[in-house]
Amino acid sequence: MNALTQYLDLYREHAGLIDSNSAPAMNALRPEAAAILKDTTLPKADYGIYQNCDLSAMLAPDYGLNIARIDIDVNPAATFHCDVPKLGGEPFVVTNDIVNPSSPAHLPEGVYAGSMREFAQKNPDLFASFYGKAAAMDNPIVALDTMLVQDGFLLYIPKGLKIEKPLQLVNILQNGAPLMAVRRLLIILEEEAEAKLLVCDHTQNPQVDFLALETVEIFADRNSRFDYYALEESSALTHRISALYCDQKQGSKVVINSMTLYNGTTRNEYFCRLQEPDAELHLLGLGIEDEKRRVSSYSRISHDAPHCKSDELFRFTADDEARAAFIGRIFVAPGAVGTEAYQSNRNLLGSDTARIESMPELEIYNDDVKCSHGSAVGQLDPLQLFYMRTRGISEDTARLLLKQAFMADIIDGIAVETLRDRLHILVERRFSGASSACASCAGCNSHKE
Amino acid sequence: MLKIKDLHAEINGKEILKGINLEVNPGEVHAIMGPNGSGKSTLSMVLAGNPAYTPTGGEVEFVGKDLLAMTPEVRSHEGLFLGFQYPVEIPGVSMVNFMRAAVNAKREYFNEPPMSATEFLKMMREKRAVVELDNKLASRSVNEGFSGGEKKRNEIFQMAVLEPKLSILDETDSGLDIDALRVVAEGVNKLKTENNATIVITHYQRLLDYIKPDFVHILYKGRIVRTGGPELALELEERGYDWIKEEEDRKMADNEKGEAK
Repeated sequence: MNALTQYLDLYREHAGLIDSNSAPAMNALRPEAAAILKDTTLPKADYGIYQNCDLSAMLAPDYGLNIARIDIDVNPAATFHCDVPKLGGEPFVVTNDIVNPSSPAHLPEGVYAGSMREFAQKNPDLFASFYGKAAAMDNPIVALDTMLVQDGFLLYIPKGLKIEKPLQLVNILQNGAPLMAVRRLLIILEEEAEAKLLVCDHTQNPQVDFLALETVEIFADRNSRFDYYALEESSALTHRISALYCDQKQGSKVVINSMTLYNGTTRNEYFCRLQEPDAELHLLGLGIEDEKRRVSSYSRISHDAPHCKSDELFRFTADDEARAAFIGRIFVAPGAVGTEAYQSNRNLLGSDTARIESMPELEIYNDDVKCSHGSAVGQLDPLQLFYMRTRGISEDTARLLLKQAFMADIIDGIAVETLRDRLHILVERRFSGASSACASCAGCNSHKE
Repeated sequence: MLKIKDLHAEINGKEILKGINLEVNPGEVHAIMGPNGSGKSTLSMVLAGNPAYTPTGGEVEFVGKDLLAMTPEVRSHEGLFLGFQYPVEIPGVSMVNFMRAAVNAKREYFNEPPMSATEFLKMMREKRAVVELDNKLASRSVNEGFSGGEKKRNEIFQMAVLEPKLSILDETDSGLDIDALRVVAEGVNKLKTENNATIVITHYQRLLDYIKPDFVHILYKGRIVRTGGPELALELEERGYDWIKEEEDRKMADNEKGEAK
């Protein structure tokens, strides 16, 4: 049976209820999404850009969906402060797919951060001019998300406004029975606007199956600056399917840094378009995989305009029976002269039963470009290990230091010092085998001490 | 302090050391010289415990203990230090973290508490002065982007921090200009006491103008074929290695003939 059938049935039965909990501009796209999904066959596992990703298997279980928007009792305070210190004011919290009513730290006037539905109701035209405009419905992840999503998180920074302190969004999965959360993020930066957003994914019940389905759209208008840090610290039974779309205008600069510290099965997709000249993108990611965890990362960076720059850097480690895959395509359009595009994917394979795939792809349609890509799967350097051991450093500590060093490039790509320092510690703790039974609490407890 | 008896070792199935005998006592400086490929570096790697090399016979006693039974880190704790011919670059691991891990690992081995941050930084400062190592290197990754001279100074700096009983300096002079050589050699001499010992492995006599050996050994085809005083190094400088090679090859050929008969 097609894994999508149950979701189509659900939508057919509850379209009215879904619509009533959402906003007209969001509802407007549902019928099209449903029509597309009806004719969609999910891609085969491990095929093409779906290396190490089995969407059918991830979507097949009979997850509950909170269509009726019943409040699930969750104490966000127990989770969200644990791993990353508060960077600015109080974080925004999304429990499963419900945006908690927040009284966020005072933001400059004109800035909006909070429920997408509320924003869409108050600013229908503005909202409709962005929502669904970057995310492509031919991606089944986007279509499914669009069909079922009822609310999401929206960040709107009007022209010329700069927010220094990073904003924080905490996604919590919390339920007694298997649950699917349908999430959406929409980030709009008008001309010359600046902001940073850290999104942390947590799972509160490690013994329950979860699926988090997410679509992210980022619009960076002329000369805007945006840093997006996504940190996953979920559980072995958490499935995450995320599709991120980022459209950049002239002179904008965007950093996207996605860090998978603890997870179950993760599929992250990035579609970044440099649409106007002199835009700059830094796309970074790391994944620390062990036991039976899996991560699959697909990125497509599209240089559509002249003189844009992109720098892509991904690092994965896989131990035990874990699997990781990197599929990264850089596309340079015929007219995109003066393009600079760099891609690097390095991986550490820690056991005979772990598996890592790396598929760099460059598709270049003009001659005036500087492009490079590097891809490697390897082991820790025995000579480095030996050198450290001759200085009295134990083999375990030497391995730990080398693995941390392996991830250092990615973490150093974070512009926020407190977050950077914290992540160095979290990565160290992760590699040193701190309890994964309660990933988030490992950080939580030390924070409370 | 160090007693090597009939040590044999191989790498990738190829026997390189074919019966080394050597004794080093506190306060002594030994120089091991020899042509390329004679097994000098292999000896240092085997003594330091590089897992790529397999000892296949003989024994090594260090401070009264079985050296070959120890892991490389325990050998370090017990007081063995190897200055690498090619110091290894470790991108992403800062010198400070590297040295702190090393110092505290040793303290842990001797059931001592970790060094406080202030104490540690003070010690780093003092030890850096021994080899005039630039302060800015401390914040950099281990050996990454260091010049040839800086890498070798960094080795002696680490030696100063770890205060070994026995230091094996493998071709510490290679790739050094005369000024760097002087600094490195002076560093080694400053660290010399009557309780510690040094084995200097070198291809040339040049280094021995600065670090005065008590004994000079010549290694050839995996064996020590000559032992003498400092004058042996001078003789090598004058006559090269060829005369030794010829003599030794002739002896070996004679032995083989003798065996064949």
